[in-house]
Amino acid sequence: MKFALPNPGLEDRIPSYENLETEVGDRPKWDNKAQYLLTCVGFCVGLGNVWRFPYLCQSHGGGAFMIPFLILLVLEGIPLLHLEFAIGQRLRKGSLSVWGSINPYLTGVGIASMVVSFLVGMYYNTIIAWVLWYFFNSFQSPLPWSQCPLTENKTDLVSECARSSSVDYFWYRQTLNISTSIEESGGLQWSMVLCLVAAWSVLYVCCIRGIETTGKAVYVTSTLPYAVLTIFLIRGLTLEGSLEGIKFLFTPDLNELINPSTWLDAGAQVFYSFSLAFGGLISFSSYNSVHNNCEQDAVIISIINGCTSVYAATVIYSIIGFRATEQFNACLDGNIQTLMNTLDLAEGSITRNNYTESLQRLNSSDVYHPIIQELSLSSCDLQTFLSEAMEGTGLAFIVFTEAITKMPVSPLWAVLFFVMLFCLGLSTMFGSIEGVVVPLQDLRIFPKNFPKEALTGIVCAVSFLIALIFSMRSGDYWLALFDSFAGSVPLLIIAFCEMVAVVYIYGIDRFNKDIEFMIGHKPNLFWQATWRVVSPLIVLFIFVFYLVSKISSKLTYITWNPASENFPKLEELSYPDWVYVIIFILSGAPSLIIPVFALYKWLQKCICNKNTHKIHF
Amino acid sequence: MLEKLLILLFASNVLAQVCMPDAPEAYKVRLSIKTALGDQAYTWNDNELYLFRATLAFAMRNYLSGQLFDVSNILVCNETERVSFWFMVKSVTNPTTLIEKQHVENAIKESRHRINSAFLLTDQTLEFLGILPTLASPFVPATPPWLIAFGVVMGVVGAGIVYFLVAAVVQRKRKKTLDEEEEAKGATENEIAGENLDGIYNTSFSDDEKVTEM
Repeated sequence: MKFALPNPGLEDRIPSYENLETEVGDRPKWDNKAQYLLTCVGFCVGLGNVWRFPYLCQSHGGGAFMIPFLILLVLEGIPLLHLEFAIGQRLRKGSLSVWGSINPYLTGVGIASMVVSFLVGMYYNTIIAWVLWYFFNSFQSPLPWSQCPLTENKTDLVSECARSSSVDYFWYRQTLNISTSIEESGGLQWSMVLCLVAAWSVLYVCCIRGIETTGKAVYVTSTLPYAVLTIFLIRGLTLEGSLEGIKFLFTPDLNELINPSTWLDAGAQVFYSFSLAFGGLISFSSYNSVHNNCEQDAVIISIINGCTSVYAATVIYSIIGFRATEQFNACLDGNIQTLMNTLDLAEGSITRNNYTESLQRLNSSDVYHPIIQELSLSSCDLQTFLSEAMEGTGLAFIVFTEAITKMPVSPLWAVLFFVMLFCLGLSTMFGSIEGVVVPLQDLRIFPKNFPKEALTGIVCAVSFLIALIFSMRSGDYWLALFDSFAGSVPLLIIAFCEMVAVVYIYGIDRFNKDIEFMIGHKPNLFWQATWRVVSPLIVLFIFVFYLVSKISSKLTYITWNPASENFPKLEELSYPDWVYVIIFILSGAPSLIIPVFALYKWLQKCICNKNTHKIHF
Repeated sequence: MLEKLLILLFASNVLAQVCMPDAPEAYKVRLSIKTALGDQAYTWNDNELYLFRATLAFAMRNYLSGQLFDVSNILVCNETERVSFWFMVKSVTNPTTLIEKQHVENAIKESRHRINSAFLLTDQTLEFLGILPTLASPFVPATPPWLIAFGVVMGVVGAGIVYFLVAAVVQRKRKKTLDEEEEAKGATENEIAGENLDGIYNTSFSDDEKVTEM
């Protein structure tokens, strides 16, 4: 596979080695290596490490999931990361210009990256707005999600809350005020609008001068999550039931390895976890000095990302183990109370420890047996409670918040947890903004000396205005839509195009020489094999399977409907027809930009040639 | 006939005096002393029951002021080792009738806190089945606390944005004036340089040497 497609004029578009050595200019630079590493780590380590990976780990056979995860980390994650770092450092431009330099027809790849960064950034920052809402509400005791509010005449708890739970009610009603379907948009929730304003303002103030300001911000936003995770780990381990949770998480079930969806999920998780194909990483590494060791950086950051996932999963599941034990104990206590009250047995005759024996003994007596049958005691099983764990916003805002209410000094833990989520999300947003602002500058839509502060401000303002969709009552449904479709298929396509572009259009030989020039030695066989064959194939597989599974399944979404039969279980509805148009725009538009832009460039060239021919005659 | 009537009256009289569970005027009480007090739990005995009857009489006295209820007006039956029992309240004015459920309920609701305190228990651990415990209304502060936190964060962020924008504008102005100064300096320098272009003619390097050639 040593062939490279013809690519005339490449030498003129890229800086030569002499230019690189004697580079002078006003291009921004990192103050020190630590800033660069922290920014990349912050971009890669995000909310997914905390609330997606633990769920995947637990649902795909616990400790056994580590095997596909680690294998795909090495075969897919590290090569792609190294590729993006190296090409950015070599061509010293933002993502749009990098692909434009390799070949003008490939500019579409950069534009697609920019569009995806923009769409993902919009909904990601809305999640940060939700985190801020919970953060603001954590400064009171008792926490507002620990109790159900009373009805108007103060006689009873609000019915919606009594039937579900106080954490559910606070999330679905008091935070989102969610409507019953995506068609009912409801009005804007002003509390959510305020939180969105806060989220975009904080992002703006951190990104206002590009890496000059984000480089300082990452000292806090990238390190604080680790401190908080450690505090939670120590706290978690002192709580009853935490070890049950950790054991449950890591108990391996090797049968899951035969299931293809395990490998698919592992591959997808590695891919999305590294924030590849957003363009931000290329941009960040273009601010490095030419001889920075990008190979080492790629390996270090991949290891940090993988370890963070595992560490976060441990912490989360120690707390989930605690919560499950609390629920189990409450279930047992409820049964014991019912038994004692109905049969008028002395207090303390049945305890948690002798519950099963006592129940058996009572059941064997003819007098009590029919009475007990009628009671319909719920069966309490710790494993059921442990496997109830959720992912995504459900994990953070329902399961974890409930666990926090059971810990002493709850407001402190709530504040710490939401500060951690906020930092994780914000540092990812830095990369997103970089992936939008720098290509916009390169597109020359705005005049050359247009101040960066103003451009960042415009990007933030426009994103905020469009993101107001997510502050409507149906906002959560829209966000789930964006999450499933805007940030999934297009990224896979872009990543595949990136690899093909670098290996076959830029030329792997030239790339190898570049890396030798930059870091001193040629990339070894591992890199050659993965860049040329292995990684593109893996990305292609994931893309095909993903596409097939999405097309073949009926598209449904889950809703919160107090009037439904199975309330508090979430009701599954199918999307209305007009949503399919939106899905096509979200997934298809960024992907189609690549060929459409190539076509546009080709037409432009044809017309240009025609005009020059005309001038000759 | 008359004897039968008399026997019936006597029987009903006796029945009216005897406490029966599930009677229309009876309430069931359940105490969970161990749950409430743990190690400090006291054992339930006849003396405690006497205190309970006295507390109830106190509650009835407070509610129906004027009628002097006594321990003997409170009938108790069906005690279990759970510590639960049924009770009924006999009227003072008419010893053969029982006080209706509604009145008993109101009396208990009024003095609930005193009854609980007498036994060091709460609404949840001293249950009167059928009388719902009063729900404590959650404390709602005047300004929602989240707005205060929001205000603080927005204040800091706003100050940051203003600082950066002002710094950017100041820098730009400074750069502009520097540029203008440099342009002006550059122009004058060029003028001076133009004057010196010719230089001062140094006569020692004239063409006289041609003449001295051999």
